[in-house]
Order: sequence, then structure tokens, then C-alpha cells
Amino acid sequence: MTTFQLDSDRLTEGIDRLHGQYRVIGPVAEGRFHNFRPLQPGQKPDFDFRNTRMSAKQLVYPQSQVMAEYHLDETREDSHILKEVLPDETPRAVFGIRPCDADAFGLVRRNFDTEEYKDPYWIQAYERATLVGLACEDPCRSCFCTSAGSGPYSTGGLDALLVEDPDGGYWFQSLTEKGERLREAAGWKEEAGSGVEDTIAERKKAAESRIVSQVHTDQLRNQATLDLYEAPFWEDVAFSCINCGTCTYLCPTCWCFDIQDETHGKKGCRMRNWDSCMYPLFTLHGSGHNPRGEKIQRVRQRFMHKLKYYVDKYDNGIQCVGCGRCVQYCPVNIDIRRVCELMNQRGSTGAACEV
Amino acid sequence: MVEYTEKIREIAKRLLQECKVDAVLGFRSGTIPMMNEPCFVREPEEVDRLIWDSNCGINLCNYLTDRKERIGVLAKGCDSRNIVTHIVENKVDRDQLYVIGVPCQGMIDKKRITAMFEDEVEAVEEKGDTLQITAGGKTSELKKEEVLQQNCSVCIHRNPVIHDEMVADPVPEQEDVDRYADVREIEAMSTEDRWAFFDKLLEPCIRCYACRNACPLCYCPTCFVDESRPQWVGKSQDSDDVRTFHFLRAYHCAGRCTDCGACERACPVGINMRVFTKKLEKDCKELFDWEAGMDPKSRPPLDVYRPEDPDDFIR
Ligand code: SF4
Ligand code: SF4
Ligand code: SF4
Ligand code: SF4
Repeated sequence: MTTFQLDSDRLTEGIDRLHGQYRVIGPVAEGRFHNFRPLQPGQKPDFDFRNTRMSAKQLVYPQSQVMAEYHLDETREDSHILKEVLPDETPRAVFGIRPCDADAFGLVRRNFDTEEYKDPYWIQAYERATLVGLACEDPCRSCFCTSAGSGPYSTGGLDALLVEDPDGGYWFQSLTEKGERLREAAGWKEEAGSGVEDTIAERKKAAESRIVSQVHTDQLRNQATLDLYEAPFWEDVAFSCINCGTCTYLCPTCWCFDIQDETHGKKGCRMRNWDSCMYPLFTLHGSGHNPRGEKIQRVRQRFMHKLKYYVDKYDNGIQCVGCGRCVQYCPVNIDIRRVCELMNQRGSTGAACEV
Repeated sequence: MVEYTEKIREIAKRLLQECKVDAVLGFRSGTIPMMNEPCFVREPEEVDRLIWDSNCGINLCNYLTDRKERIGVLAKGCDSRNIVTHIVENKVDRDQLYVIGVPCQGMIDKKRITAMFEDEVEAVEEKGDTLQITAGGKTSELKKEEVLQQNCSVCIHRNPVIHDEMVADPVPEQEDVDRYADVREIEAMSTEDRWAFFDKLLEPCIRCYACRNACPLCYCPTCFVDESRPQWVGKSQDSDDVRTFHFLRAYHCAGRCTDCGACERACPVGINMRVFTKKLEKDCKELFDWEAGMDPKSRPPLDVYRPEDPDDFIR
């Protein structure tokens, strides 16, 4: 792998050169936090953030997405015919994705891109995007990515990685062909001096050592599902939950949606919108029956899905990349790290919970 | 306020030991700075989980709705007024409750404090009316009154309005507070400017409904936004639907809202949706001389007829 050297100006110039070929997207400060937004020519991505408030999930899987349109006007030939609306095909270049959010794409892909089912909206959006990550130098105290299959320099799901050069500017590494094409389009040619790979490896280690919070997940697979399901701690875990959608909407790995038709006058569209297992409506049957009518059932579902069902089904770790958003923004401080320890330790007298 | 903790544990232990209540509803220490978690303590041996400090801003009345147990509930001024509203609205019975009154000196604004420091806040320690904030390895001091939640800084009912026991003597109430400066500013805008202001305010909303769900008034079994037969409101990020949610929710809280700030505090994207409920609070004050939740014997103005109503149309 070749590492390229970019000073700040060259980074901006290169990004600017991409307009026309790509829709360029990057973090932008909005009030007290950052979110991903389209960048206008001349506009720089703002890298002065720990992580964006909303995860990068929405770049591929927007909160509301039109899937099809229809007309109800019977004088029209196409009345009552559902016509697919595929998302805009322009390639997109996204800058500044944190490694945890990028790893989440790989994880979510297991749901949207399987042998049996292929979700054209997700797959196309993911494939037309070139994702340029930004390694974390200053992780939050609530990040636990290194024990959730990710890390501050993790490259999973990314096409290229930017690493901050402590002497100013950035190092750029392409990780895929898409990443390499983006580099060429941006005109970044100056190779970094020899020994830079070692420097990056050292910085990576240092960043990993700044992750202060960890979860243990080693016993989750061994736990009996029903025993965990019936564990006595759920009542206490769920008590304070207000069943809002904060934890699931902010989470880069939560993938559930709801499909709705919206008609205005004689025109309408079929859309999909994020949904949340925390909402009673999520499981309400047409008959009026609700298999998860109680809060405790919904809270248990969220954690059982992330930390047990997913673990068992895919044998690939937990359905969480440790970004810490749910920990920081849950209005009542329900902490997945604590719940994970409770679940992992169930039935053992193992180490006490670290959080 | 940290000194209340010991007294709270003592009261909780006594109530549980004497079987006066089935459980005590309070707060336990959070896992991150400036956060505590509501908890339900059922055993006298567990009372040491209970704590009190300036991070107890969640309105505990929200956890009383339709419960059947006998509950000892910790109540700040605002919580107590929502408990009164709950009693009036038959969501909980006065006899079920043992209200442990907590004279409040305001809750601190986590979002504001977080934004004041370049580095992540690692710890916040309370010493009387100062806060010691550790961020990026350095500790600095802030005056608590400068970083209160906005609703707390204009609160005029810090002492609980009902209680069976107090954890401490009442605190002096704030006087000469201008409660509605922010509302007046919005009232003074032109229609277009006001609409633009609302649009900008609500633009980041992700419709997670944390504001609604943190609110003790929003206890409807099915909220109008969740109703599906018929479906009143669309589910997408369409700005009309987002506005409909916020405007209607505010109206549903009219004459009932105590400005406890739980909604604003809960919002993950920092929206101050309190401007809506506060406008209605101000209207209720001006039109009906009404403050919500002050008296378990009075019904809120919008569900009662009073012969002395100042408006002509009603006679
Ligand atoms: S865990 Fe927290 S963020 Fe998630 S639904 Fe419950 S209260 Fe909301
Ligand atoms: S569960 Fe929480 S910590 Fe894990 S990826 Fe989702 S938001 Fe991040
Ligand atoms: S917004 Fe209205 S309908 Fe919805 S829960 Fe609140 S009071 Fe009920
Ligand atoms: S809590 Fe905030 S983001 Fe969530 S619905 Fe309310 S205003 Fe919108």
C-alpha cells in the first residue's frame, strides 16, 4: 500500500477537483455538533469533531426514502401502477467517516445483501459511494470500538483512509480500487517519505490505547438463549427506558424500517422510513395483538438482538461497533456496556462489571 | 444538593422497612458524567443505590403513570406539580404515593457544559454552588447558576407543592424572574420570520420522540402520531409532518405543562421545543391566571368551565 502526503491546501484542492465527477459529502458543523452534508465547490469538510451526531448510516440508508411512485388519477394511463424510483446514480465521495461507522456498513450488509435477498436501494447506494475514513486520534471515553470488532484506525468498509499528520496535513491510503480512482481524480500524487507506514502503525497503537472503555463478549455465544431471555435483570435494565428511538436512530448498525404509502391528492409514493424496535407500533399486528406490548420486552429485544441473536446467527461478533452514541445520548443513561457485561457474565461469577 | 443523598437513603430505608411503600422511585448514579438513571428500589438493602445531585433532571412523574404499587417518589418542584396533574387526571392515586419532597436548586445543562470545553468532559464534581469540571486532564470551576438548564434558571417553584416528607428545609424561591423573555421575542417576530424560526428550530428533528416520551403529560396509550386507523400524520422526515407533531403535542400539553424541561433535556439533537409549550404556558397565565399542577383540587383551564371566565364568547 502506498501512502500519500497531503498538506491542508492540497486536501482541499483535491476535494474540490472531485466536483462534477462525484457528489461530495463531508462533515459540517451544525450548531453544537457535526453531520454529513453535501459540500459545495470550495467548501471544506470540517474535521474538527470526535464523531458526527447522526452516524454515517444515513448516507447509504436515509431515514426516509422514496421507493416507488404512483398516480390515482384514473384518466391517466398509468394510474394505479407502482413505478420504482431508484436513487440518484451519481457517484458520491464521502469524506471523514469514522472507522466505527464504516465497519458498521460491513455489518449492516449482512442484512441488506444476502444470497436470498438483495436490497437494491442499500446496495446501489453503498456501491456508488467512495468512503474516505478519518482515523480517530482523540476517541471519546464512551467509545468501546476495540472490543466491538472495530477500532480507531480500523479500515473495514472503507475505500480509503485519512490519517492526521501531527506535523500538519494528512496521509492518504487507498484501500480499494474505488479509493484509488478517487485519489487519481483528486490528483494526489506526492508519496509520503519512507518510514511513514511505521509511524502510522505506532500512531494506531497509541490511539487504540486511548480507548478507555471495553466490553466482554466472549461468553455471549455460550449462553443459553432462553436463559438470557428469562434473566432476572431485564426488569431493572428496562425500568428507566422511555422507549424513544434515540438509541436505534443514532446507531450505525440498527437497520429496521417500515414501509408506508403516502398519498397527496391523486399522487402518492411508497417510502421506507427508519423504524425502531423500541416503539410499540413496531410489532403491532393488524389484529390488534402486540407480541411486544410491554416495555421490558422491547428493551430486551434490542439487547438480545444485538448481543445474542446476531452473535449466534452470524458468528461474527456483536451487532454493535462500539461507537458509543447510544451511551452518550440515551436520555435516561441506559448503557449497553453495562447490559453487555450482565449478559456476558450471566451464570458465572466472573469479573465485575467495568462500567 | 449532594448532601440530600444520605437523607434520601434514610427515608427510603425507613419506608421500605416499615412497608409503607412497595418501592422507592429515585435516581442511581450514571455511567457517564452529568447523567443519572431513574431507578426503582424495592428492598431496604438496596437503598444505597439512591443518589441525588444536579443531574436529576428527568421528571420522575413519568414513571408513575398507571402504576398500581404504593410508591415513595422523590419529587423536585416540577415533578411534584406533574404529580398533582397526574392525580387530577387520574393517572395515579394520591393515596398510593408517599411524596418525598426535594427542595431543588436547579439542574445543570449537560449540553451547554459539554459545548464549553474543547476536550471531552471526564468528570463533574459538585461542591455547593460550584462545579469542578475535569476535561482533557485539566480541572476548572464553574458557577452552577451559570450553567443551569434554561427552564431551571427561570423556575419559580423549586419547592415541591405537595409532599409527605421533605429531605431538607425549603429553599428560597427565585423572585423577579422574567419567565417569558424568550417567548416575547418570538411573539414579536413577523409571521414570516416566526415561520422561518420554527423551520430552523425543527430542521434537525429525527422524530425519535424522546421529547414526547420523556414528558409525563404524554401518556396517551396511542399518541396521535402513532395512530394508524386513520393515520393522521405521515411517518417520513417531511417538514409538514415534523411540524404537525410538534405543534399538536404542544397544544396537548397546554395548561398542563410545568416547564420541567424533561423534553428538551432528552432531545439527542438539542432542539429547544420548549418554546412551544412555554408560549401556551404564558397564554394560560395571562388568560386564565393559571399555573399547572399547583393544586390537586383544581382542573386545568382547558377542561373546565368557570363562570368568572374573562372571555365573553363562553357565556
Ligand atoms: S434505551 Fe434510552 S435511548 Fe433507547 S429507547 Fe430506551 S430511553 Fe430511549
Ligand atoms: S449499539 Fe450503541 S455503541 Fe453500538 S454501534 Fe449502536 S449506537 Fe454505537
Ligand atoms: S402528543 Fe398528544 S396524543 Fe401524543 S402522547 Fe402527547 S398528549 Fe398524547
Ligand atoms: S427529541 Fe428532539 S429529535 Fe426527537 S422527536 Fe423530539 S425534537 Fe425531534
